[in-house]
Amino acid sequence: MDIKTRQAAIEGWFIPGDDRTALVGSRCRECGTYSFPKETFFCKNPSCTGTEHEQVELSRRGRIWSFTNNCYQPPAPYVATTDPFEPFAVAAVELAEERLVVLGQMVSGTSIEDLHAGMEVELVTETLFEDDEAVHLIWKWCPVCPAISDPAPMQQSSPEDPTANQSGDLPASPGRAGS
Amino acid sequence: MTEIAVLGVGMHPWGKWGRNFVEYGVAAARAALDDAGLGWADIDYVAGADTIRNGYPGFIAGATFSQALGWRGNRVASCYAACASGAHAINLARAQILAGFCDVALVVGADTTPKGFFAPVGGDRPEDPDWLRFRLLGATNPTYFALYARRRMDLYGATREDFARVKVKNALHGLANPNARYRKEVTVQDVMASPTVADPLRLLDICATSDGGAAMVVSSLEYAKRHTADPVRISAVSTVTPTYPQTVIEMPNFATDSAATVPPPERGFRDAIGFAAYHEAGIGPEDVDVAEVYDLSTALELDWYENLGLCKEGEAERLLRDGETSIGGRIPVNPSGGLACFGEAIPAQAIAQVCELTWQLRGQASGRQVEGAKVGITVNQGLFGHGSSVIVRT
Ligand SMILES: [Zn+2]
Repeated sequence: MDIKTRQAAIEGWFIPGDDRTALVGSRCRECGTYSFPKETFFCKNPSCTGTEHEQVELSRRGRIWSFTNNCYQPPAPYVATTDPFEPFAVAAVELAEERLVVLGQMVSGTSIEDLHAGMEVELVTETLFEDDEAVHLIWKWCPVCPAISDPAPMQQSSPEDPTANQSGDLPASPGRAGS
Repeated sequence: MTEIAVLGVGMHPWGKWGRNFVEYGVAAARAALDDAGLGWADIDYVAGADTIRNGYPGFIAGATFSQALGWRGNRVASCYAACASGAHAINLARAQILAGFCDVALVVGADTTPKGFFAPVGGDRPEDPDWLRFRLLGATNPTYFALYARRRMDLYGATREDFARVKVKNALHGLANPNARYRKEVTVQDVMASPTVADPLRLLDICATSDGGAAMVVSSLEYAKRHTADPVRISAVSTVTPTYPQTVIEMPNFATDSAATVPPPERGFRDAIGFAAYHEAGIGPEDVDVAEVYDLSTALELDWYENLGLCKEGEAERLLRDGETSIGGRIPVNPSGGLACFGEAIPAQAIAQVCELTWQLRGQASGRQVEGAKVGITVNQGLFGHGSSVIVRT
């Protein structure tokens, strides 16, 4: 049986993992401003001429600023993974420490009825698509389950399986088929 | 004196005609020249608004239209500023005129569009955020529009019915507009019954993509005096960028700027676009009689009411419900029918907005006239930080 390589769908933007996923941003060594995706040369702060940036992992949790879903299959280069297409949710998430908002798909199976502004979410890794060579991974946001919503743990003892989270810990959604 | 005159305006009707964009541009240019009572031989300078979906001729629109009208050695320029390209082309022409390099200029934008969602330019381009957002997030344009719409619901209690009412208003406005693509009354029920594209937005909340062309003949006030008694004048053209940090997520970005070290600016980007135009014209929102705003989605039109200062933040839904933005109301918005009735023909659209205001201010907007309109404003925002707002007055 062939085991395909599992790799990030884009290199250097995030660290994928079954237990721990983190977005990789940058922090200007001169003024301290954060960027995602990471800057490699100039600093976006107009009053800073810094060109050196420290690579940093961004906060792995944030709160939903706004959200929506895609009910129609996006055009290429989006790669559909199901036929027929299944809608998926997208959230813009505010990171408190970095004071920026980052987009991500919500973990598969999330219905927008399950979401509200201000809701706490956490990064997970899922498959974006597979081709002949590899399984391409992407970051997604996953609602933080109330039972484990202690803001402290960076080192969680139990591995987070997004699929288990979705089916096990979230209230059943009255939801629409496929969303 | 920083004003220029609008001598003539013209459009090729919007639709899905499937012909070469150059044809629409030339038709619009000839209509604008006729409207001005001038010939092609009178034009010193051509400013073309580029289309990036029609190959090389689209990237050099100024030259393409000049050649199509017949080479005659005029000065030329082409510019791209995404949805704001048309206003940026107007600004190019204005700068040439005010600098004294030319007396009279032609501004042209036209597009032929593919069906369906706007997709990024083809090929594998993993360095391009516009390509990446489709690949990594499946984030279409409506994804971003829907994030803003949802925000209005959360912050101000907007409802899906409010969004639908924008479409109903604009459909009514555009009924008699001969250049509009969709001329059909729409009810709130029609909008609500159309399929959801990106919740809370439905198909009829989101503008289509269209073919179309728009053109203007503009000149110095001095030149205009010799040709017409009382031309409509352009008093301001705002082409500003955002100020760092931009804290609202914008197409095609994955993230906003960070406000961790630099506090957010006094005005967010959309507020700043109109503010720069008002400042340049020396007027305020209270002086405006009519507005053409970029209703890529119904909900976005409501955002623009507030960004332009037509009402306070959070009051756009009330302004709409009270009928104040309908023709006959206090401040009619999108009397042309807006993008709701036109669909978007990117490089032509911001020019078309100014064409409409010109007809409104001349009292020639048959079937959709805002009575007594003397001052009008357009507003629009192009991908990658291109503001655009034009103020015209009689
Ligand atoms: Zn810096």
